Amino acid sequence: MKSTTPKIEQNRGKSVTKVEHNQLATKIKNDFPLLISSAKPLFYLDSTATTQKPKVVIDAETKYYTTTNANVHRGLYTLAENATIEYENARARVASFINAKSEEVIFTSGTTASINMLARMLENTVQVGDEIVVTIMEHHSNFLPWQQLALRRNAVLKIIPITTEYTLDIDAARKIISAKTKIVACTYVSNVLGTINPIVELVGMAKKVGAISVIDAAQAAAHLKIDVEKLGCDFLAFSGHKMLAPTGIGVLYGKRARLDSLEPVNFGGEMVKEATLQHISWNDLPWKFEAGTPNIAGAIGFGKAIEYLQSLPLDKLHLHLRQLTSYALEQMQAVPGVEIIGPIKGARAPVISFTMGTAHPHDIAEICNKFGVCIRAGYHCAMPLHTSLAISATARVSFYIYNTKEDVDMLITALRKVNEVFA
Amino acid sequence: MVGLAMSDVKSETIDDDMYQENILDHYKNPRHKKVSTHCTFQHHEVNPVCGDMLTFYVDVSDGKIRDISFSGHGCAISQASASLLAEYLYGKPILVLKKLKPEVVYTLLGITISLGRVKCAMLSFVTLTKAYENYLGGKETDNEIKKLK
Repeated sequence: MKSTTPKIEQNRGKSVTKVEHNQLATKIKNDFPLLISSAKPLFYLDSTATTQKPKVVIDAETKYYTTTNANVHRGLYTLAENATIEYENARARVASFINAKSEEVIFTSGTTASINMLARMLENTVQVGDEIVVTIMEHHSNFLPWQQLALRRNAVLKIIPITTEYTLDIDAARKIISAKTKIVACTYVSNVLGTINPIVELVGMAKKVGAISVIDAAQAAAHLKIDVEKLGCDFLAFSGHKMLAPTGIGVLYGKRARLDSLEPVNFGGEMVKEATLQHISWNDLPWKFEAGTPNIAGAIGFGKAIEYLQSLPLDKLHLHLRQLTSYALEQMQAVPGVEIIGPIKGARAPVISFTMGTAHPHDIAEICNKFGVCIRAGYHCAMPLHTSLAISATARVSFYIYNTKEDVDMLITALRKVNEVFA
Repeated sequence: MVGLAMSDVKSETIDDDMYQENILDHYKNPRHKKVSTHCTFQHHEVNPVCGDMLTFYVDVSDGKIRDISFSGHGCAISQASASLLAEYLYGKPILVLKKLKPEVVYTLLGITISLGRVKCAMLSFVTLTKAYENYLGGKETDNEIKKLK
């Protein structure tokens, strides 16, 4: 593949998808058995929920179980040593992917597990009357753990609102984050709006008042370059399955100094160095926070997913996704009744939520399904956001590296059918 | 929550005629859709996955459903099913509600319900059954509901 400087093609204000990029995505689709083996053509537009898996990832998991399976950090035999090496190599790959050190990367079952565990780890950081700050656009998994922590500690949960353009109200954030703030937890990319939040600025505000910053990167990890050094955040969580890896594997990244000062909340095998009746000493980082046998195959699959992604011309693909999103936004808005719930202009992620007049999102999704178009409908685990917008539910499409212009065109055909049925 | 057996699902296949004229008519022009302030019993239910909301109001006298209405919002299937069910129960003896089964709702809808839409189709049934449960009150309720299944 020749590498050329990516350029956004423009055609008299109309969004176009560059043929070369579309061909690239079409070629990539062939790496995904599910997308090409379906009896009926499949137009998978729900990668924000979970991405499809490339053959290399599926094979990596199978290979582990057929050639290397043993428990990690326990056996002294060669097989167990090999399993440990592969597991730790996967960690190193994930760590370098976000520019972190291996000891700062704790494997969990996913973003939800990461944030829940962190909220428990930070139990003693929050005292009566302290404040925890989140935003109205959080996924439940970065909302409920903090709400529950606030309830347990008699602390106050403060919510940063959004503007009428569906972006974070940064002026409100400046007023809300104060000396009382102990934790600022914010999503990098909204799973409903597609909004990309000014994380560096938010982390800066948290730092200024001595608060701990927590970033939900579940969506961002798939679409943005994550560099924890540049972001400066204390903690960051993401899942493998939203970026081609198997389900059941994710990461809690924490700054070394922060992790050193915190106590584990899960106890069992692996996480302890010495355990006697009188005395206990925790294992080193990151194992101190990894009690029990981890998802070894999942971690290896995660490492392989990152290896696969890094073998692709990612700059071109991200550009393709931006063009595809612009194209979709334009085509969707041309369908009568479609209202986009999210920013229209400016940088945004390839996640588009929308409503359609009298047709309920569930019915939109049902009709799309008849065309083989897989879209999501409902709250998308973000009920506070929907309630604040006074919308009962939205339909949502999202794109990843294997999606093409043809997927969008079929979506538009389906949406026109929705109008026919509900006219 | 009233349990729903998988056998209640007619088929997983999606029929082209899910959005039949009758369903769309009940969705666009719902019957008995109004908030009632003077009913014998009422109940509110939500479908947390898709955000469908329904409240049923039932007014009983002399063992008969003198009035029945609903309020809320949701998809075509959940709203049409509420409208059809209200129409069906209006004026009938309360015993009919007591003995109400999911099959009645499926028959009223008259379409194939895919697995993903069972909760939509059944929201009206669940809301009404719970409303009746409230009406009976206390421990007696559980037994009555078990009988309903």
